[in-house]
Amino acid sequence: MAEYAIELRGISKYFGKVAANEDISLTLKKGEILALLGENGSGKTTLMNMLSGIYFPDKGQIFIDGREVVIRSPKDAYALGIGMIHQHFKLIEVFTAAENIILGMDGRSMIDMKAVTKDVQALIDRYGFHLDLNRKVYDMSVSEKQTVEIVKMLYRGAGILILDEPTAVLTPQETDHLFSVLRKMKADGKSIIIITHKLHEVLDISDRVSILRKGRYIGTVDTKDATGQSLTEMMVGEKMSLDIERPEPENRKLCLEVRNLTCLDEYGITALDRVSFTAYSGEILGIAGIAGSGQKQLLEAIAGLQAGTGSILFTDPETGRKEELMGRDPLSIKRMGVSLAFVPEDRLGMGLDGNMGMPGNMMIRTYRNGKAPLLEQKGPRDLSLRIKADLGVVTPDINYPIRRLSGGNIQKILVGREIASAPKLLMTAYAVRGLDINTSYAIYHLLNEQKKKGVAVIYVGEDLDVLMELCDRILVLCDGKVSGIVDGRTAAKDQIGRLMTTVGEAAS
Amino acid sequence: MNFLVKLFTGIFSVTFFQSAITQGITLLYGASGEILTERSGNLNMGIPGIMYMGGIGSLAGAFLYEQGTGRPNGWIGVLCAILGCLILSFLGTLIYCVLTITLKANQNVSGLALTTFGVGLGNFMGGSFSKITGTAGQITVYTTGQAFRTKIPFLSDHLGIFGQLFFNYGFLTYLAILIAAAATIFLFRTRHGLALRAVGENPAAADAASINVTRYKYWATLVGGMIAGFGGMYFVMEYLGGTWQNNGFGDRGWLSVALVIFAIWNPSRAIWGSILFGALYILFAYVPLGQAFQELFKMAPYLVTIIVLVATSLRRRKETQPPASLGLSYFREDR
Repeated sequence: MAEYAIELRGISKYFGKVAANEDISLTLKKGEILALLGENGSGKTTLMNMLSGIYFPDKGQIFIDGREVVIRSPKDAYALGIGMIHQHFKLIEVFTAAENIILGMDGRSMIDMKAVTKDVQALIDRYGFHLDLNRKVYDMSVSEKQTVEIVKMLYRGAGILILDEPTAVLTPQETDHLFSVLRKMKADGKSIIIITHKLHEVLDISDRVSILRKGRYIGTVDTKDATGQSLTEMMVGEKMSLDIERPEPENRKLCLEVRNLTCLDEYGITALDRVSFTAYSGEILGIAGIAGSGQKQLLEAIAGLQAGTGSILFTDPETGRKEELMGRDPLSIKRMGVSLAFVPEDRLGMGLDGNMGMPGNMMIRTYRNGKAPLLEQKGPRDLSLRIKADLGVVTPDINYPIRRLSGGNIQKILVGREIASAPKLLMTAYAVRGLDINTSYAIYHLLNEQKKKGVAVIYVGEDLDVLMELCDRILVLCDGKVSGIVDGRTAAKDQIGRLMTTVGEAAS
Repeated sequence: MNFLVKLFTGIFSVTFFQSAITQGITLLYGASGEILTERSGNLNMGIPGIMYMGGIGSLAGAFLYEQGTGRPNGWIGVLCAILGCLILSFLGTLIYCVLTITLKANQNVSGLALTTFGVGLGNFMGGSFSKITGTAGQITVYTTGQAFRTKIPFLSDHLGIFGQLFFNYGFLTYLAILIAAAATIFLFRTRHGLALRAVGENPAAADAASINVTRYKYWATLVGGMIAGFGGMYFVMEYLGGTWQNNGFGDRGWLSVALVIFAIWNPSRAIWGSILFGALYILFAYVPLGQAFQELFKMAPYLVTIIVLVATSLRRRKETQPPASLGLSYFREDR
């Protein structure tokens, strides 16, 4: 009997030139719960996807039960007893729970649904799940769907379970129940890996914690020896100097006042909980937080794309005129004369149209302008040429479909267009995600230019080092709540890291 | 009063019922085939063309056999007809499969192109056969046609009106109902049927459950196409008695596609649905209101389809909706 259920040796995975995982070695003991901890983009999900057969490692070896294996497809993973519960469930909505559970399994051609249901029900009773097997998936809550996924893996005989951020979509009560089920499965001899960002959950459920940072393996500690402080330090690491310019704010004036903003996400779970803050013209306000802490809803609520309660008061820094944005859609916000610019996270989905060239994409913002029945062509064309020259967009022709351009060029087009509208408030979500170093610095420079012009800039970012060098103040979100607002010039990295992972505790 | 009496004596007659079934069987083959196809997420708009190809394929098979032998045997002719029908409808559907499943081309465009192609091919080959035989107009495979029309002995003429209503048809009629029933059991009672429906609903989830999406799409579409081809064969062999009429098949292919919606993607509902559609299809001839009104009544089946579509959309039940990924190509990288 081997000691380890899983042993990874020197696993590397590259996407293009980017190393998502670099020389990672870690182990999962039999019958333990291992927490995999790391910031966004630290390579946790990539690593686990190589165990579930979705990706294939470029380098390294995988041992299951002490035997070296090759996992090429989800089918191989099933055969080895590895079951992964993805963040996005893979269920058929119009099927019942039972039908989803037996889907794809071998067996007699005619299905005896009664026998199957009896079999699965025995499994459900053993672990204390709450699940009605005859219910259709579309009638289920998120937590029930997750239960279907877990039961499906167990019924397929998985001895190793990998859960990718299972608590992100659950209420605290549902999380408690999930953890009690996980403990029962552990007592039953199952080996479990759980990916989570929430430190208190790590301390609560796991036996050991392995930490990844920027695609590299940092270390493993026994949970009983770990504290929130020590884990945060391992997770965020030492501060790195990036030499990003940060001009002193000039002529700082109130621009946006958000009071008690509360929103629900698409599953009806509270995404933002009584968020209050202010943004000033001439400064960059950073927003830090683990992915899915409410950043998306916050920006979309201000832009008029997300319903909610509370108050979003916009003040024109020049005239002092105040306008309430809550409950308005983007068009009516624009008609009120409030000039917002929004660079969304989903560039080609929400920000731009990939099949059009640059002028067409410029027109998305301006097609209502002018009185003539035909579209005004010259303005957008001139703007495209200007953005191409000023921001150095590499494209064979301004009319070339932009989806064929690199991510950096697409982002320059989007940022260029938004800045060209001369906004008073500029919001960016993950503006440098996937961009190379030079383009990232070009984007930082553009944001600083806007700041000097007296624009209030809100920068949602994921790299703490960048946030700490670029932003004047940093608002930290945790689980939809503001866990603190710190000064970008004086804050310590582990302080922000702690705020990001600790719910409802004051900054220390 | 006189009008109503005429209408009702027309409709409540043995011949009306028999013609409704005769019209309906073609549609049932087409609909059963298309339901299997659509359950895999493939919207095959080439079905009307494939039915033409099945029809001319069966005629070609029987024709070549009857021309090649001095004294043709009807049942060997039937086998040759079935073989010809299967070969041509298989090849036609294969074109669609390669385009839409392997090359991930747009399903609507590929399907409509195949329909145009299939109709043209049918009419072209039908014309060529006339040239080969040297006859100016019709070509016929009389012996084979008669074999197809052979009724069930004894039952058809000894059971009175019951026998006339239910046993007065060739074997293809019963085969159609058998196939529809078997397809229903396959879809809703077997493991492979469950997997096939999963592919049509959410191919990414099916893939994650270790189901081979491409293989299921190919099988369902090819088998579906061949079943639909039988609809063309039924029309040419039993309905026309073994002859070709340019464009004689008319809009029956599209009516089959409409029947799929009417049956809400369930072959067992298509069985009675096809008889209803057959009745509505010939209703115009029984309405004693003159030619102008007859044209209006010809749209009855389509009107009923629209009503069903509106009704199911209003009810918003997930079970009565089309397969969720119908018409979409599956790219594995997207997951």
